[in-house]
Order: sequence, then C-alpha cells, then structure tokens
Amino acid sequence: MAILVFVEIEDKSVKTSSIEALCYGVSVAGQTGQEVQVVTYGEIDTESLAQLGAYGAAKVLHCQSTQLNENATVQGVSTLIANAFKEVQANTLVMARSSMVDALASRVGIKVGASVVTNVVSLPDTANGFTVKRSIFTGKAFADVQLPEGNRVITIKKNTVPVEKGEGSAEVVDLNTDFASDDFAVSKLSEEKAEGEVLLPEADIVVSGGRGLKGPENWGMVEELAKLLGAATACSKPVSDMEWRPHHEHVGQTGIKISPNLYIAIGISGAIQHLAGVNSSKVIVVVNKDAEAPFFKAADYGIVGDAFDVVPKLIEAFKAQ
Amino acid sequence: MNILVCISHVPDTTTKIKFVDNKLDTNGVQFIIGPYDDFALARAVELKETNGATITVLNVGPADTEPTLRKALAIGADQAVRIDAEPLDAYFVAKQIAAYAKDKNFDMILMGRESSDYNGGLVHGMVAELLGMPSIAPCMKLDLEGDSAVLAREIEGGSEELKVSFPLVAGCQEPIAEWKIPNMRGIMMARKKPLEVIAAEEVGEVTQYVSYELPEGKGQCKMIDPDNVAELVTLLKEEAKVL
Ligand SMILES: Cc1cc2nc3c(=O)[nH]c(=O)nc-3n(C[C@H](O)[C@H](O)[C@H](O)COP(=O)(O)OP(=O)(O)OC[C@H]3O[C@@H](n4cnc5c(N)ncnc54)[C@H](O)[C@@H]3O)c2cc1C
Ligand SMILES: Nc1ncnc2c1ncn2[C@@H]1O[C@H](COP(=O)(O)O)[C@@H](O)[C@H]1O
Repeated sequence: MAILVFVEIEDKSVKTSSIEALCYGVSVAGQTGQEVQVVTYGEIDTESLAQLGAYGAAKVLHCQSTQLNENATVQGVSTLIANAFKEVQANTLVMARSSMVDALASRVGIKVGASVVTNVVSLPDTANGFTVKRSIFTGKAFADVQLPEGNRVITIKKNTVPVEKGEGSAEVVDLNTDFASDDFAVSKLSEEKAEGEVLLPEADIVVSGGRGLKGPENWGMVEELAKLLGAATACSKPVSDMEWRPHHEHVGQTGIKISPNLYIAIGISGAIQHLAGVNSSKVIVVVNKDAEAPFFKAADYGIVGDAFDVVPKLIEAFKAQ
Repeated sequence: MNILVCISHVPDTTTKIKFVDNKLDTNGVQFIIGPYDDFALARAVELKETNGATITVLNVGPADTEPTLRKALAIGADQAVRIDAEPLDAYFVAKQIAAYAKDKNFDMILMGRESSDYNGGLVHGMVAELLGMPSIAPCMKLDLEGDSAVLAREIEGGSEELKVSFPLVAGCQEPIAEWKIPNMRGIMMARKKPLEVIAAEEVGEVTQYVSYELPEGKGQCKMIDPDNVAELVTLLKEEAKVL
C-alpha cells in the first residue's frame, strides 16, 4: 500500500505548498514503511516532476488529459485522484490546503471510502492507530483526532512540516483516467486572477493593512514593503468590505486563514475575528498608533507609532539590509 | 424553486474557547447560526423575495439547537427540520443530510463554506458527492439564469465565474448576500412554522475527537522604538530567524 500525494501545478511549476505535502507524506511513510507516489495533472515538463524524487517521491503519475487541462473542474480532478488512489492501492492521501484541495477532499473521501481530516497541523501518531492534531475554532484551539481503520484523506495547513530536500529522481509515468459523464458539467465562464503576485495562502511573509491606513490610496507603501520582502499583501475585513482591497485579500474568521512565518499588521486593531485568521503565524509584528490596541497582546514585536511615519522608515531599514 | 439550507449551531465568534472534562465549556456561551451558513440563508431569502421559493432549513443536532432553527425561520425560512443526533463528524452529518434530501427534489442545497467550530469545510462536498451533484465552494455569488445558475467561486488571488445547472450544492461566504436580522413580525411568525424532528440514520465508524488543547499564549510583546526600526530588522533576522 502506498501513500499518495496530490501535487498542484501553477504556471508550469510545482506549488511550494504541494512540496510540503510531499514532505509530509514522506515523513508518514518513514513511520509506516510505505512508498510515496504522486499524482498530478497540468502542463509541466517531465524533468521538473522527476525532481520530486529529491523529496522522497518514488513515482509520479502525470495525467495529461486535454479535457482536464482545459476545464479542471473539481469533479474531474476528484475522479482523477480517486482513480489514482485505487490504481496504486493507496491507503492514505495527503494534500496541502488550497482552494482546489479544499473543494476536492470531501469528494475524493467519499469516492475512495476514506475518512477525511482537514486543517491538520502535525504529523500523525501511528504508535496506536492514526491520530493527528488539527486546528479548530478558527485557530482558537486544537484537537487530537483519531481516524478509524481504513483509508484516509488528510489536508495540511502551511508550515506543518519542514521541507527537506535530498537526492534522487522519481520515475514519471503518464496516467490515463476514465472520467464520469458529468465530471465536466460545470463550465467556467471567466476567471479573474491577480498577475505576478505572491499568492496569499502560499506566502512565507504577509504584509497586511487595516482601517488605520485611511484609504486605498495609501496602499502604495504596503505594496512596496511587501515587494521588498517577497511577501503577499492582506487586509482586514472592513478594508475589503469598503472595497479598498479585493475580497480575496481579507484574512480572518470570514476570510482566508493563513500561517506564514511572518505576519506584519499595520493599522489593524486585532479584533478576535481578525486574529482567528492569523494567529497561527509563526511571528507577528504589529504597527499601531494606539499602545492599547488589542493586537499587541497577540504580537511578538510591536511598534507604537503612526503608520505613515513608521512604514516608510521600515522600508528604508529593510533596504539597508 | 425548492431550496434546502443547512445550518450549524456554533458558539458566537467572540467566544473565548475553553474546555472542561475534555468537552467545550458551554457555560455562558451564546450559540448562533454559523456565520457562513447565515450568508447561505440570507441568499435563499433574497431569492425567495425576488423569484419565489420554498426554503427548508435543516440542522443535525440535539434538541438544544431548536432556538437556532427558530431564528432561521424568523429570518425567512418556511419550515425547519432537525435530525436528532449529535453531529459526530462531517461524514456523519453529510450522510444525514443526503438521506433526507435524496427524494425531496431540491433545486439547491445551500450551506456555509465551513462550520466555524470544527472548520471541516467538508459537508457540502460530501453531500454533493453522495447525491451526484456539483458543489461550488467558497461561493461568493449565486444568480439565477434560466434553468441554471451563475456562481462565483473564490480562488487564490481572485475568483472564477461558473455556470452550473440545477440541482446543485454551494458552500457560501460573503459577499453573496447581506446578513439578515429577524424582525418582530418574523419572530412571531416563526413560532407557528413547522419544525419537524426526524430520527438519524445509522452511520459506521467516524473520526474520534480524543483531546483538546489551546494554543500556547504569546510571550511578552517586544516593543521597538519607532525611531529605531532598524532594531526590528535585526531581531527578525537574528532572534526570530524569519527573514
Ligand atoms: C462574525 C464576524 C466576523 C468577522 N470576520 C472578520 C474577519 O474575517 N477579518 C477581520 O479582519 N475582521 C472581521 N470582523 C470584524 C472585526 O470584528 C473588526 O471589526 C475588524 O477586524 C476591524 O478592522 P481594523 O482593525 O482594520 O479596523 P479598526 O478596528 O477600526 O482598527 C483600526 C486600527 O488602526 C489604528 N490606527 C488608526 N490610524 C493609524 C495610523 N495612522 N497609524 C497606525 N495605526 C493607526 C487604530 O489605533 C486601530 O487600532 C468580523 C466581525 C464579525 C462580527
Ligand atoms: N450539524 C449540522 N447540521 C446542519 N448543517 C451542518 C451541520 N454541520 C455543518 N453543516 C453545514 O455544512 C457546512 C460545512 O460544514 P463543515 O464541513 O463542518 O465545515 C456548514 O457551513 C453548514 O452549512
């Protein structure tokens, strides 16, 4: 029985979150003595896929269906993964959370008769069954969950395991799969996507702005700081509600939940619903002119000051490094 | 249009989460309709107002969730169903919903993108797979267009617009609709609306929540002089090691 890892391709390369999922799968395999195989689809050269061997993948199953490449529906991709799962006789599927994976996990779980656990933040304890820690109550708590015997599907949060690269090359094979007749019933009319930006859920560093920044015209310095750090930009909910920033940048209870290495919050008060989306960041820096702002209680480093004074200085300080 | 809205019954988003005896401490906790589920319900009510619809609201839960179902009736659902069981895990809940919905000819089954307590984000996809329907989540827009719907789904860095024919399942989030607050008339009417209680189906083994813990609190926040921000850069590099 193998461990199967689903790898996502973006702009002809493997997503970094998928590499983390692969490393997770390889660590589990280290505990259970299984082999790790990868399933993927989309346009990418074989050499890049073979390089997944350096992280511990034995084999990569690459589906090059034009139907899927043209319209990668959730149902179509679910069918592909479920078929691969059966083909390699896997008992465990590991995926990194993303907008595609969040939609897939449930469907694949039903198709392969697996129990599904999402939002996982630890390697499993396999000494006695299979128990993993997951984040619940929007990051306000954790639970240890024991999975029943049998197949399982796991989705991990960013920064769950370290990414370790060694040597080696994986065998890459073509995978043909039979889709169901209604797998492509959903048709895509259009897609709007920010070009050339660091994707928020993938980002190691995130620079975020709140209502304290007064208006959309003041985001220039936030963007400049983000660019300098190779970071993604984010915002609080009122900021996206007022359409200062697009909705997909909003983090928190009702927005995206992130767990980057570094989260820099500028002019954000730190309401409990905002913290819910960012409290699993490794390090939090807060810039706020109010020394009493609740965010300082959740922060590692704080600067009490006016953002319009502090942020330009920060930009200079980072540039000087 | 026949719409099913599935709602979870969860602690208010301002709740300070605590556990006693390996269970959530519900002492003093106010329970609400899941915030995402509330968006699903609000969109259903809007569609009822503009196009006409019958809305059934459903919860899988014990008797103490009934005030939450009544609130959904006050907001504009026509009838409520409670499937009488502890919601053990996403699969268990999905099996109950699918069993209930399979012969009811719903055009749409609307849910939240995730429950705000266990954050599985799974029930909508599982129900859709069990019933052989498409499922769109997180859904930010749902408009009717003849015998199909045009939906917007949030993706990383943007959104995509999809055309889907009925029946469908969607896991909703803002800005699909404005949250609705029940008015006095709604609350009065809700008392007379039907609330049916049905027995749960047997489901095999489920995932077990073994234990709970709270995140480690942050230590003291280190304050940096706004006139010496270079210190922050040094600390991030050398102490926190995140640059
Ligand atoms: C059910 C529910 C869900 C919610 N979900 C979310 C969510 O997902 N995400 C989210 O963010 N919010 C969410 N909220 C809203 C949340 O409660 C707060 O209202 C919101 O986070 C506040 O945003 P803010 O910090 O940008 O604005 P404010 O609370 O207005 O804070 C602005 C801050 O900027 C500071 N400031 C002002 N001027 C300056 C300056 N010149 N320099 C530096 N600092 C300055 C102020 O001191 C203040 O602390 C939710 C609320 C509810 C009820
Ligand atoms: N116990 C429940 N009863 C009815 N609907 C539920 C229940 N739990 C979850 N749901 C619905 O399923 C959605 C996704 O839940 P989850 O998979 O738990 O994150 C929620 O937003 C609700 O709409």
